[in-house]
Amino acid sequence: MFYRESGDFKTTYAKDTQTFPIKLDRMGYYTILAIAFVVIPTMLVMNVGGGANYWTNAILLPFLIWAIASIGLNILVGYCGQLSLGSGGFMAVGAYASYKLMTSFPDLSIFIIVLLSGAITAGVGILFGLPSLRIKGFYLAVATLAAQFFLVWMFNKVQWFYNYSASGQISAPTRSVFGFEVTGATASAEAKYLFCLVLLVGVAWVARNLTRGRIGRSWMAIRDMDIAAEIIGVAPLKTKLSAFGISSFFIGIAGALFFAVYLGAAEVGEAFGIQKSFLLLFMVIIGGLGSIFGSIIGAAFMVLMPVLLKNIMVGQLNWATDIAAHFEFVFVGALIIIFLILEPHGLAQLWRLLKEKLRLWPFPH
Amino acid sequence: MSANFFYTIEVIANGLMTGVMYSLVALGFVLIFKASGVFNYAQGVMALFAAMTLVGIQSGQVPFAHLINVIFGTHLDKFGWEVPTFIAIILALLVMIGFAFIVERYILKHLVNQDPIILFMATIGLAYFMEGFGDLMWGSEIKKLDVGLPQGGNVWLESATAGWADGFYGFYLDNLDMWATAIAIVLVASLIAFSNYTKTGRALRAVADDNQAALSVGISLRTIWVIVWSLAGFVALVAGIMWGAKSGVQFSLSLIALKALPVLMLGGFTSIPGAIVGGMIIGVGEKLFEFAIGPYIGGATENWFAYVLALLFLVFRPQGLFGEKIIERV
Repeated sequence: MFYRESGDFKTTYAKDTQTFPIKLDRMGYYTILAIAFVVIPTMLVMNVGGGANYWTNAILLPFLIWAIASIGLNILVGYCGQLSLGSGGFMAVGAYASYKLMTSFPDLSIFIIVLLSGAITAGVGILFGLPSLRIKGFYLAVATLAAQFFLVWMFNKVQWFYNYSASGQISAPTRSVFGFEVTGATASAEAKYLFCLVLLVGVAWVARNLTRGRIGRSWMAIRDMDIAAEIIGVAPLKTKLSAFGISSFFIGIAGALFFAVYLGAAEVGEAFGIQKSFLLLFMVIIGGLGSIFGSIIGAAFMVLMPVLLKNIMVGQLNWATDIAAHFEFVFVGALIIIFLILEPHGLAQLWRLLKEKLRLWPFPH
Repeated sequence: MSANFFYTIEVIANGLMTGVMYSLVALGFVLIFKASGVFNYAQGVMALFAAMTLVGIQSGQVPFAHLINVIFGTHLDKFGWEVPTFIAIILALLVMIGFAFIVERYILKHLVNQDPIILFMATIGLAYFMEGFGDLMWGSEIKKLDVGLPQGGNVWLESATAGWADGFYGFYLDNLDMWATAIAIVLVASLIAFSNYTKTGRALRAVADDNQAALSVGISLRTIWVIVWSLAGFVALVAGIMWGAKSGVQFSLSLIALKALPVLMLGGFTSIPGAIVGGMIIGVGEKLFEFAIGPYIGGATENWFAYVLALLFLVFRPQGLFGEKIIERV
């Protein structure tokens, strides 16, 4: 009932083009930021209700990290229309890049390491994006599988990448940012949380502003019809490769965080297999193709749902874990089909429709 | 002739037969893609599900036994009878046809006129659903599938060719692979005959060519879809039997579907002969690569070689070997 743009006058261009033009949206955004930056860390520090570590590890960290990755994939699939099944491989690049950087430059701040890993992943992404200039649609999707399998194989076989360790695993040493430890066994839950949160907010902010600017519009032009876009003067080479590069940059950051902050130790086939690529794709579809907000809620949904299902089936009904795992598959599959049938544009579209209705409320039209 | 030469030939022959196994999965993809434009990611899981159903029926398992036990506290396991293989195959085929009806009725019907990418994602969802459903229905342990096909190496061939060169112990070819090749040839021949000489087959081709035009001359799209998905289910059953007999009925069977993708890309999404030739190229290519170069770079190159080969190939010929030329209009 307060959700109106009427009376909210814009007197400058800057105000006219702001991300949240409606006052209530803006307030909601700042409230969420305040909760995320102040309330949740305080609760973690005070350990409200006990189990701060459980909450951080089971829900908060995976959510933040997958949200970063899913924003990355959404730029490629949702905005630029290039279907990719290689995101697990790109996350592995980020993870191994961060491992090599962490062990080679022990004094470097982890923040810089994560960004550098993203940059390295961007390079690899551009390399594997090159065929997209010739190959389109499903053919491209299968071509990106080459990236997935080749990269995983490479990190398995080339010992230099895991510093010749006997187990073939990589494990994150303790590294800190501004004196706070964020990786390694001794890092506190709130430090890890805040570190990932800062990166997510940064990534979302950059992505949001990229997608509504010139570069984002050229991505969408390529997505809608690449030949027509080329005719009106959008350079396909630059546009497609920039989408691959920026998308891989974010996915690389997510991969680095997933390994260094969340897992702590990883084995490439298990941590970054093809399953992860599909999981990420599901987040993007369920959240909404072509929406930054959608990527975030898609990630939240796919992280929360298994935890919830597991709690209900194993915790409440005392079912065996393998049956619960099979049910999870059934649920995820069914949900994806149902979503595609009811709302192909995902949760973000539902949110948009709801806001549209709220604006008109209490009138039907 | 040196022993190495014969070993290379053996590798090629084995590669050809592995390739035929890939083609079996790829065939199902092509059938569905041609008739409904759906890129059916679930084909591999369909093969797994078909094989599980076959084993389940054969050994008289109670469907959903685990689930029923856990809910009602019973201890169901098996009915206590064994169904003869042939009848079990017929029953499994009926299950796959029923599955085709369900897919058409509850999924495809609602997704008409959506983007191909949406349909593709729906089949990924379907794959997940079937994977979980199959495990719930028949249990997730590795099962042995025995339909009476001969197993192991062919002794006759091995002893007949031994001693052709110094240090060569004869060709080692798997009986099952040879059977699979023969069955694949029969399957492809009958599919081609079906689509060329029967009324339904012609209707299928009409829909594949232009579904709007086919609709306007009175071909029911929904019936065609059910038929195509049933056919794909049949192909999946054959592929499931072959792969299941070769390496046991287990989860990794569904990953073979992924291997069928580069096969499709090489052959082109719309060509049945393409699926066969593509499968053979991939099969021979990856075996030869592993044989010749694999040892120098750490082995296990079969994991990615097919994809990279397909990728490089597509850069030069984006529609695959036999695919229709992609014409884009603005």
